[in-house]
Amino acid sequence: MIKLFSLKQQKKDEEGTARAGGSQKKATAAQLRITKDLNELNLPKTCSTEFPDQDDLLNFKLIICPDEGFYRGGRFVFSFKVGPNYPHEPPKVKCETAVYHPNIDLEGNVCLNILREDWKPVLTVNSIVYGLQYLFLEPNPEDPLNKEAADELQSNRRLFEQHVQRAMRGGYVGSSYFERCLK
Amino acid sequence: MSSGEVQTAEYLQRRWLNIRKLLERSGPFCHPDFEPSAEILDFTMNSCKILIVGAGGLGCELLKDLALMGFKKIHIIDMDTIELSNLNRQFLFRKNDIGLSKAKCAVEFVNKRVPGCEATAHHCAIQDMDDGFYRQFHIVVCGLDSIVARRWLNGMLASLLQYNDDGSLDQSSVIPLVDGGTEGFKGNARVILPGMSACIECTLDLYPPQITFPLCTIANTPRLPEHCIEYVKVLQWSKENPWGNTIPLDGDDPHHVAWVLEKAQERAMKHGISGVTYRLTQGVLKNIIPAVASTNAVIAAACATEVFKLASSCCVNMNNYMVLNIADGVYTYTFSAERRADCVACSNSTKVMALESDATLQTIYTKLCEDQLFMMKSPGITTIINGRNKTLYMSSIKSIEERTRDNLKKKITDLGLYNGAEILVADVTTPNTITIKLNVIENLDVDMPS
Ligand SMILES: [Zn+2]
Repeated sequence: MIKLFSLKQQKKDEEGTARAGGSQKKATAAQLRITKDLNELNLPKTCSTEFPDQDDLLNFKLIICPDEGFYRGGRFVFSFKVGPNYPHEPPKVKCETAVYHPNIDLEGNVCLNILREDWKPVLTVNSIVYGLQYLFLEPNPEDPLNKEAADELQSNRRLFEQHVQRAMRGGYVGSSYFERCLK
Repeated sequence: MSSGEVQTAEYLQRRWLNIRKLLERSGPFCHPDFEPSAEILDFTMNSCKILIVGAGGLGCELLKDLALMGFKKIHIIDMDTIELSNLNRQFLFRKNDIGLSKAKCAVEFVNKRVPGCEATAHHCAIQDMDDGFYRQFHIVVCGLDSIVARRWLNGMLASLLQYNDDGSLDQSSVIPLVDGGTEGFKGNARVILPGMSACIECTLDLYPPQITFPLCTIANTPRLPEHCIEYVKVLQWSKENPWGNTIPLDGDDPHHVAWVLEKAQERAMKHGISGVTYRLTQGVLKNIIPAVASTNAVIAAACATEVFKLASSCCVNMNNYMVLNIADGVYTYTFSAERRADCVACSNSTKVMALESDATLQTIYTKLCEDQLFMMKSPGITTIINGRNKTLYMSSIKSIEERTRDNLKKKITDLGLYNGAEILVADVTTPNTITIKLNVIENLDVDMPS
């Protein structure tokens, strides 16, 4: 227990004399945590990161180039925005590359449970990287965000594969246009 | 009565009679070191400086409670202005005050109403104030609705802690934080002695995560009215950008709320869902649970009582976390939240590294890897210079490694580091990013002619 009355009286009287020089701003808990996450980032060989500003660790891009599965040969860019409430809240992740994928819509929203309802503060940026990588290996038609793509994956895998290829080479699938994103 | 009125001796006698009974007599619940005396009232009234953080529902209650308890040196900080919807519970504000600073109006009201009160307002964000500002207070009491702001404040108070050379805490650097929170009919009040008892960051798990729904459910299989509103908020807004590309959805803008309501109702209709109302839309958009005035009153009273106990030692503080639920009857429960040994905010992780003034960043890096005190594997080093984060060296990320490699050769003074500066170091060998204070020793060797 602390007894404030006796402890504090003299201290506050000295106020103003004790402090020499300007003081350094303190890092926020979010900053401390993301630094730790990034320093321990262990990327699979298909992934890399880009930092537009190396002093800003809160905003960066993740590039995934799958080497197997439907999306082999493609190059997909995700933006990560880490907010001040990290890791209480997950980073905001968007796919910046147009992709024909059951779990990614045309606005770049990604349906990955740990990015929303299943996020926990013990998870790290690494967990999200692995989650995203897995989405390219095993697109999940049960949780569709692009319903057309999901239905197609379930009913006609070959056609789905052709459409994925066409989208990655650049072209229309249905009424949606996809920019070329082959490596 | 107005503050200009003469306060007769008899009036003052009557005004403090009950508080003096607490402070000038001993009792079974007193702090073990408590010595009853007339000086304590003088301290609480004339010396004890208190900061109230937030001038909203809890803040208004806290300011009123503390002023009536006799505290005079009260500061209150809030960046918000008064809105119509505040007036039902933020009782220090009137219709004419709409648009004005909450902190200023609250202070004006209380200083006028409570004789002798000298409250001071700060109409700004808590982040605008530096450590010198926070250091002046004996106690900080906080009534915020934001976890981010709480964590910031907690981090600030933890950073003010000072440790003796043997690693023990210098108790005179502890500024107690009394934290209140309410949500609908539920609330909590807690006492935090930074560095001594569980802090906000130690118990971050106790804050429930924001309710979120799976994106695919919102997109394809909505079942609840909330799903329809979330759909418009998360997916439809950015697709249609009804006010243009650059305008983000603002839950405080009635036009935006009306647009979301209309679209959500269309979606609800399509999926046979009922219950999409204006209130619910506003609630989902702003993620708010309606505030209840009586919850605020109870929690603020509990917090103010703890402040009084801290300031006077007339009674032992609650230990240390009280939850309240008045949804169905009145339920309270108090438990002792535990500290985390590896807490990022309050565990004493600041270490000191001695360096000569001509040292380079490489010197620091080598010491981190080879010094017995550190023995790190692949430290990532950052710092804060002039309020901005700066990455000094990080080997694990290729693009950053390439751009910061040259720093290794640079002298620490050329990188903006100085005696007393702090660097932040992350490594697999420590559970958290640790702070290392640089102790730069002037190199006094003078070249002597031989
Ligand atoms: Zn802590």
